[in-house]
Amino acid sequence: MAVVDAPPEKIKSPRGKKTDKAAARTHERRAALWLIAPSILILAVVIGYPLVAAVIQSFQKDAGLNPTTGLFEQGGFAGFSNYTHWLLQQCGPVPCPPGTNCASFWAAIFNTFFFTIVTVVLETVLGLWMALIMNRAYRGRALVRASVLVPWAIPTAVTAKLWFFIFATAGIANVILHAQILWTSQAWPARIAIIIADVWKTTPFMALLILAGLQIIPDEIYEASRVDGASTVQQFFRITLPLIKPALMVAILFRTLDALRMYDLPAILTGGGPGNATTTLSILVVDQIRQGFNAAAALSTLTFLLIFAVAFIFVRFLGANVVATTEAQQKGELR
Amino acid sequence: MKKATLVFAAVLAVGGLAVSGCSGSGGGSSTGAANSSRGPITYVQGKDNNNVVQPVIDMWNQKHPDEKVTLKEQSTDANQQHDDLVQNFQAKNSNYDVVSVDVVWTAEFAAKGWLQPLEGSLKIDTSNLLPATVKSATYIGKLYAAPVSSDGGLLYYRKDIVPTPPTTWDEMMADCAKAKAANISCYAGQFKQYEGLTVNVAESINGAGGEIVKSDGKTPNLQTAEAKKGMQQLVDAFKNGNIPQENLTFMEEPSRQAFEAGKYLFMRNWPYAYSLATTDATSVVKDKFGIAPLVTASSLGGHNAAISAYSKHQATAHDFLQFLESQEIQKIFVQKASLAPVITALYDDQDLIKTNPYLPVLKQSILKAVPRPVTPFYPAVTQAIQVNAFQVLSGAADVNTGLKNMQDAIKSAANG
Repeated sequence: MAVVDAPPEKIKSPRGKKTDKAAARTHERRAALWLIAPSILILAVVIGYPLVAAVIQSFQKDAGLNPTTGLFEQGGFAGFSNYTHWLLQQCGPVPCPPGTNCASFWAAIFNTFFFTIVTVVLETVLGLWMALIMNRAYRGRALVRASVLVPWAIPTAVTAKLWFFIFATAGIANVILHAQILWTSQAWPARIAIIIADVWKTTPFMALLILAGLQIIPDEIYEASRVDGASTVQQFFRITLPLIKPALMVAILFRTLDALRMYDLPAILTGGGPGNATTTLSILVVDQIRQGFNAAAALSTLTFLLIFAVAFIFVRFLGANVVATTEAQQKGELR
Repeated sequence: MKKATLVFAAVLAVGGLAVSGCSGSGGGSSTGAANSSRGPITYVQGKDNNNVVQPVIDMWNQKHPDEKVTLKEQSTDANQQHDDLVQNFQAKNSNYDVVSVDVVWTAEFAAKGWLQPLEGSLKIDTSNLLPATVKSATYIGKLYAAPVSSDGGLLYYRKDIVPTPPTTWDEMMADCAKAKAANISCYAGQFKQYEGLTVNVAESINGAGGEIVKSDGKTPNLQTAEAKKGMQQLVDAFKNGNIPQENLTFMEEPSRQAFEAGKYLFMRNWPYAYSLATTDATSVVKDKFGIAPLVTASSLGGHNAAISAYSKHQATAHDFLQFLESQEIQKIFVQKASLAPVITALYDDQDLIKTNPYLPVLKQSILKAVPRPVTPFYPAVTQAIQVNAFQVLSGAADVNTGLKNMQDAIKSAANG
């Protein structure tokens, strides 16, 4: 009597192995894609088109002067000559003499990386220190946090002018040091001036990002470590640092990409420096735009590839995962 | 999913192509019709700090109600003004009818075909203008712009220490002994690495009889004994302290401030410093300084007004140029804005000399003035001069190497 029926046949959906639930999910995903299509289109036009246009232009020659009429004429296809112009220092048939933009290329690469590495290291160390101070609970903490942010809030152009006056020959820096250093007219003093101004300006940014990572660490871990007899130094190296590593890597990634693009601070403080001592890649691109647009397009493409490579290394090999870290911070979870 | 992605890629590609298709095209130089047509025009110049241009334009608008001029002001930064003009010319914007061009950009814009040559029905009379200003507006034998304002360098000197100003570089260097006796520095100029350095170096080289580029505007001519002499005299002055090292950080304002504080015996600067040195509360040299023509040749500053090749009302633009160059307007520019006039006769005008006492000295300076290289590659040429001159003056390179590098860099810049 109570014969167990055979289980009903599985309903085969039109898509073969997928169940109805999976079909609904795919349908949702499709609808979502169509909804964000306008934003992607705008991004593609605003970001993708200039990028592609720059690459196309970098393969054209700059307008040359017609010797008989004295008027400029369109240059033709250039092949890779704009790239060899920069990478191999070829100004036409001869190597580039000092005083041309192209002779400053390798110096600009050195300056850009030098500034990036030194400022990021200094800002990370100082930012970590400031974040640790801001993390503790004490009276006046809100005031400290607000005042720490002030350098970051001042526009970079204004900061550059402020430090320009501080580092003038008759300025305060020389008075305090009882010296007569020509800050903006000698190579290494100019570089140091830019590093000081940049660290002053951007350490608050690093401090804030690291503070976000610090605030997620629960106090119980520290209590447990105290019970286990850990000293403050051990707490710092064994608990704090490993637990803020995701936030730290994200902060360092942001800061590095920013520093590689540095333009306004050196341009206003030293104007590119004596010779090319403080010329960064961005400054070189802007200078070149005034002289030859297509060579500038080649240089900006090279800059783009360089920054892309650095970002790739960070994400792939150093584990900087922006999305996961921000999500974890929003949920208050440790990753 | 795959199908949706493909559709997306197609949409993006179409969108991208559509936008790129919007790039400008065609448009050529103006036709004869535009040469003679009249109507409202726009006058573009950098920020009018003295508020002298709008009243002048109002005067024109009253007399020409059908051909009104609108003023468009750009930023005060010369580089930004240059870039703004380049962008509008590249877009073939017909809204920029008359543009104010710095003397060093005229050749560049003329070579790119953006300026209307002032010939035929657009001819203007240049016989009463200073020759150096006309030369700065000429490119390959054709006049492309109308000089509107000029500028030349002046030698400011402490007349309580040196009653008669020197007339040659060697005399000035000899006077430095008096500076040492009075315990002040000798000579201040602008030697930071910027356009002012090109001005100062060009003045020294031209004053020694050399030239930076030949008259074709492209071929550098720096391997001459005169050019070497011009550079060497600066290097020697830096070496023996007649020009202190801090000059390597000086632009116009720091040098003026140092002179006003009484720290220098001589200063090279533009005429604007005259009124400031006499009226500033902090100036300790108010009645102790005099002005003289430079012992070197003066570089020429100033602005020319040009007609855009894309303007639709060129006849009106032409008349407006003549209006700006008329005696009445030039007098207003001198009195209200301390600009240097381009009409030779005005330098001897007694009314003007009363209000601007530096005019006779300025005239001598400008008559001997040599324009900076009139070349369409001016940004690259001035960079070649600045970088290498700074290397030489800061002691990082010797004069021969510096001049050779300058020559090579200018040659490679001129080849595009």
